[in-house]
Amino acid sequence: MDFGTFLIQLLNGVQYGLLLFLVASGLTLVFGIMGVINIAHGSFYMVGAYLAWSLSERFGNLWAAILVGVVLSVLLGMFLEWLLIKRLYARDHLYQVLLTYGLILVFEELRSLVWGDDVHGVQVPAILEGSIPLTENLAYPVVRLWISAVCIALAIGMYLLIQRTRIGMMIRAGASNREMVQSLGFNIQLVYRIVFALGIALTAFAGMIAAPVSSVFPGMGNHVLIICFVVVVIGGIGSVKGAMVAAILIGLVDTFGKVVHVEIAGVKLLPELAGMTVYLLMAAVLLWRPEGIFGKRL
Amino acid sequence: MDKRKLALVTLFACLAALAVVPFVAEKFYIQLFTKILIMGIFAMSLDLLIGYTGLVSFGHAAYFGTAGYVLALVSPQYQAANLFTTLPLAMGVSAVLALVIGALVLRTSGIYFIMVTLAFSQMLFYLFHDTKIAGGADGIYVYVRPAADILGWKPFDLENVVHLYFVVLALFVGVFMLLRVVLKSLFGRVIDGIRINEHRMKSLGYPTFRYKLACFVLAGALAGLAGYLAAIQFGVVNPDMMAWHASGSVMMMVILGGMGTLVGPALGAMVMMLLELGFQSLPEVGGINIGKHWQLLMGSFIVLVALLLPYGLMGLIGLLARRKQGDGASHG
Repeated sequence: MDFGTFLIQLLNGVQYGLLLFLVASGLTLVFGIMGVINIAHGSFYMVGAYLAWSLSERFGNLWAAILVGVVLSVLLGMFLEWLLIKRLYARDHLYQVLLTYGLILVFEELRSLVWGDDVHGVQVPAILEGSIPLTENLAYPVVRLWISAVCIALAIGMYLLIQRTRIGMMIRAGASNREMVQSLGFNIQLVYRIVFALGIALTAFAGMIAAPVSSVFPGMGNHVLIICFVVVVIGGIGSVKGAMVAAILIGLVDTFGKVVHVEIAGVKLLPELAGMTVYLLMAAVLLWRPEGIFGKRL
Repeated sequence: MDKRKLALVTLFACLAALAVVPFVAEKFYIQLFTKILIMGIFAMSLDLLIGYTGLVSFGHAAYFGTAGYVLALVSPQYQAANLFTTLPLAMGVSAVLALVIGALVLRTSGIYFIMVTLAFSQMLFYLFHDTKIAGGADGIYVYVRPAADILGWKPFDLENVVHLYFVVLALFVGVFMLLRVVLKSLFGRVIDGIRINEHRMKSLGYPTFRYKLACFVLAGALAGLAGYLAAIQFGVVNPDMMAWHASGSVMMMVILGGMGTLVGPALGAMVMMLLELGFQSLPEVGGINIGKHWQLLMGSFIVLVALLLPYGLMGLIGLLARRKQGDGASHG
């Protein structure tokens, strides 16, 4: 592998990792703050991508589609929290898993009814077309750099929101003691609703900005969801910092696993077994630190 | 008649009803009930983990699928394998897999455990899905069912629908009895204690990790039995057998029936299979083909069960029975 290819794969890996971070941070926030495990999280990634596709077909403009899509996903998140999720706070994780598993089936079928089962592509906006030359004969598409930049900006925004604002203070307080915050006169129910809606919106947004580079297809949320579980397990649940480090790590391992050729004693290991590398990484982390790199000691 | 006797009589009545099925039902229903019993074994094995040990495994289909793959891979293409060698082999491989994965995942607990079990089962799914080991995503066929061959003597023939049914029924009863015995023993008391308060069991000097691992391996081996039988019945093994939908659906059977009751999950398996069949045969309403989109109904049903029936059908039956008792006698 020459330097140019290496650089391109490096950028790809980081971009994939940053995208995973957006999805995983929604998952880890909802769990860390509300104590709810949401298996249906990946479905919102799919919903986001399909919204980006169908709305941009309608408006002829991806930007408008993303704007409307984000508003719709926030509303969807608030609606679901009001209808179902709020009933799960006091329940065992088992029922949270079961209910949200049911939601996956519902979302898959609704998607099939509303948008059909075809694979779609989303047009890259004109301003993001083209590529930046890296070496004499290799170039890197602008749209991928844009995705990375947007993800980094959102990560910084999220950090500032949680650490530096009043609502962030309420969120952190709610995570450590729900009853206390409630009895101090804050509407914790509303805080939870906002957190859940934000988590959903982050994920759906990730699906929207990913749509131009990856195609839009049924079941696209499931793969992302499970990789995000791996990210959360490696990073430590509830830790946004951990999610960031683990997501980048997974992004790189997954990307390089697909392009590096490894052969031991005539048996081809990579890229044939590329699908398994991230899980092996997870197994290694579990052996070393079962609570994740940035997790609290169990 | 006291409660214990009533339960026992009901149990035997159900068993008798199951034994009569092949004599009164058409072939389609015999096959359906074979499938229900196989899924019943699968669900009971998961109940050992979820209901009795308190381990919410979301990757139980991995052991189910693995045993199926073992059968498919060791079977000669157009000849019968031997049931009495391939079945222990398949269950053994599932058990070893459960030992390896269990030793890793049991280092975690709670929410991590759920995610990690799911992730490892997905790893296996991708192993079979992405590589050419056994037909990739299309899976692999088992053209000829294994022969029950003991040194040339063949007591039954699995190609025969009725024979297969009775073999599966016998194994179902066997698994049920085995789990009953295990759960009534000292071992069963210990895992009960682990579910309720692991710290206390630890401080009493029990090596809780080893107990949990033993449960995980036993459950894996029994799931392997179910997977082996499923591979025989359907004649095909594919990665979907170990996909997370399979894990989710068996988990649903356990909860729907009532976890920690053993009978419940088997009942849950039956209700789920019948519901699936019922939903799939629904007609088109208002231009929407409900039968094709049956998962919409199934998903909504799962959401409702999670909200309204935390103790499952067995819990509901218990509640109704108590209420009836309360009507007859004065409260005291």
